[in-house]
Amino acid sequence: MSETMNSPKLNDCRDAFTATLERLAESDDRIVAVCNDSVGSSKLGGFKAKWPERLINVGIAEQNMVGVGAGLANGGLLPFVCGAAPFLTGRALEQIKADIAYSNANVKLVGISSGMAYGELGPTHHSIEDFAWMRVLPNLPVIAPCDAIETAAAVEWAARYPGPVFLRLSRVGVPDLLSQGHRFELGRANLLRGGHDVTLIANGTLTHRMMKAAEILAGQGIEARVLNMATVRPIDVEAIVSAARETGAILTAEEHSTFGGLGSAIAEVVVAEAPVPMKILGVPGVFAPTGSAEFLLDEFGMAPAEVADAARTLINRKAARAA
Amino acid sequence: MQPNDLERIAQQIRRRDLQAVFEAGAGHIGGEMSAIDILTALYFRVLRLWPDQPKNPDRDRFVLSKGHTACALYVTLAKRGFLPEDEIATFLKPHSRLNGHPNCNKVPGVETNTGPLGHGLPVAVGMAKAAKLQGASWRTYVMTGDGEMQEGSNWEAIMAAAQFGLGNLTLIVDHNRFQQGAALSDTNDLAPIRPKLEAFGWDVSEINGNAMSEVVPALERRGARPHCIVAHTNKGHGISFMQDRVDWHHKVPNAEQYKIAMAELAEDLR
Repeated sequence: MSETMNSPKLNDCRDAFTATLERLAESDDRIVAVCNDSVGSSKLGGFKAKWPERLINVGIAEQNMVGVGAGLANGGLLPFVCGAAPFLTGRALEQIKADIAYSNANVKLVGISSGMAYGELGPTHHSIEDFAWMRVLPNLPVIAPCDAIETAAAVEWAARYPGPVFLRLSRVGVPDLLSQGHRFELGRANLLRGGHDVTLIANGTLTHRMMKAAEILAGQGIEARVLNMATVRPIDVEAIVSAARETGAILTAEEHSTFGGLGSAIAEVVVAEAPVPMKILGVPGVFAPTGSAEFLLDEFGMAPAEVADAARTLINRKAARAA
Repeated sequence: MQPNDLERIAQQIRRRDLQAVFEAGAGHIGGEMSAIDILTALYFRVLRLWPDQPKNPDRDRFVLSKGHTACALYVTLAKRGFLPEDEIATFLKPHSRLNGHPNCNKVPGVETNTGPLGHGLPVAVGMAKAAKLQGASWRTYVMTGDGEMQEGSNWEAIMAAAQFGLGNLTLIVDHNRFQQGAALSDTNDLAPIRPKLEAFGWDVSEINGNAMSEVVPALERRGARPHCIVAHTNKGHGISFMQDRVDWHHKVPNAEQYKIAMAELAEDLR
């Protein structure tokens, strides 16, 4: 997706994460950061400078990192366990299941550089399975904020929430979409744009692409509803059912496999509660080729113009069904 | 509590554990018998605990990383007052909170959920680190099986514990020389364990883990570095026909074997 001179400022959500974490840590000395040699990529340099003893670097050892997080929580601390999302979730999946989710440990798991943020580094470094792996685990809210404002709000919410959380962050720049002062509510989608012809639902780096697609559609006389659905679990059943009933077609997009992620979670609700034509955009169950995240999202049909095309196809299906 | 009192309690725990496994028709009797002396010393002498306040922040922590020997932990916790002793009769029954692996959200006194091997030690490292960061005096103990030490996550935690200088952490390896399918030596023999831990910067004691006179002082040892107790034990300890027999990892005694085993354990109470 090409940027023009008029493009809004793009923010790296990691900065919002660490700024918020540092602000909270000023007044809550239970907060500690745990990482796997990822001080730089998790943007924890500032935290380390302020509280070197509260930055717990276990080295390149994700299984231990997650177990240590559970132990720190047992000992009365509030750990934010940070690591590149593919390794945090993939390598330490059983620790996340047993030590965090099943034990209901008050640990905040922060998956950094999720999706295809490490695009050029290849599929070993892509984290396009993490929604699927995380959302099957009971007790574990799964959240992918769409911008820096929502990231800050979600971090603040997570620190207050008395249980485990998986926060999925990118390093790819995104514009602000929500308004300053936004408060995060678990399991509650945000209506970013009203419309009755089709609903576009996304989270993370895809929400602003959906907004651009909606602008394209508006130029063609189509009013698309846009929902930012940061919480993948618990999913916002009410917003999905309303979208299905009021717009009759749902298009989802995510920086994730089309298997088991946000679109799947939404489809589970649509099928059970309000069946309507639906399409899930994402990485279609393949290992991605070489390229940046932005390139790959375009490659897999998630450039705004192609999203708009997909939306029109859905609207036609809706019309065909009604006829 | 003196060693001979502890020995008597350990035998009572063995008998109750054997009965529970016999009645439930399942369990991990061999590794329970090897570990019970250490569990007894921990819960009746070493650990600072308040059974009526299982979440008291100043309590010492114990993690049973070899979670498949949960029944021995349940019996010990019940005898120490964490749960009603008659609840042991529900072990493995539908909807019992006493399932085959301990659940910290259901069973008072359990600190973290274990079952998959190689989980307890990393969690214990986090606990000990938390105490150290807060300047708290409570200590952390964790017990693994010897076969369990084949899990790589343990060695990640062993490195971290040394790096963090966790003198408030004690790892007990229940070195009964058998894992589920075969002898340790025939599978992936990591014995001798001592030099490996020493090479990673730990203090190491080697004891007879079924002799209370050796167990207690080893658990009470204090130092600046993390401490590993290589506890040489016998799988099925106390029951002659189970001892050092790999098939008693999770075999269940028949009625006749149960009678013989109970008689042997009673004899030892003299």
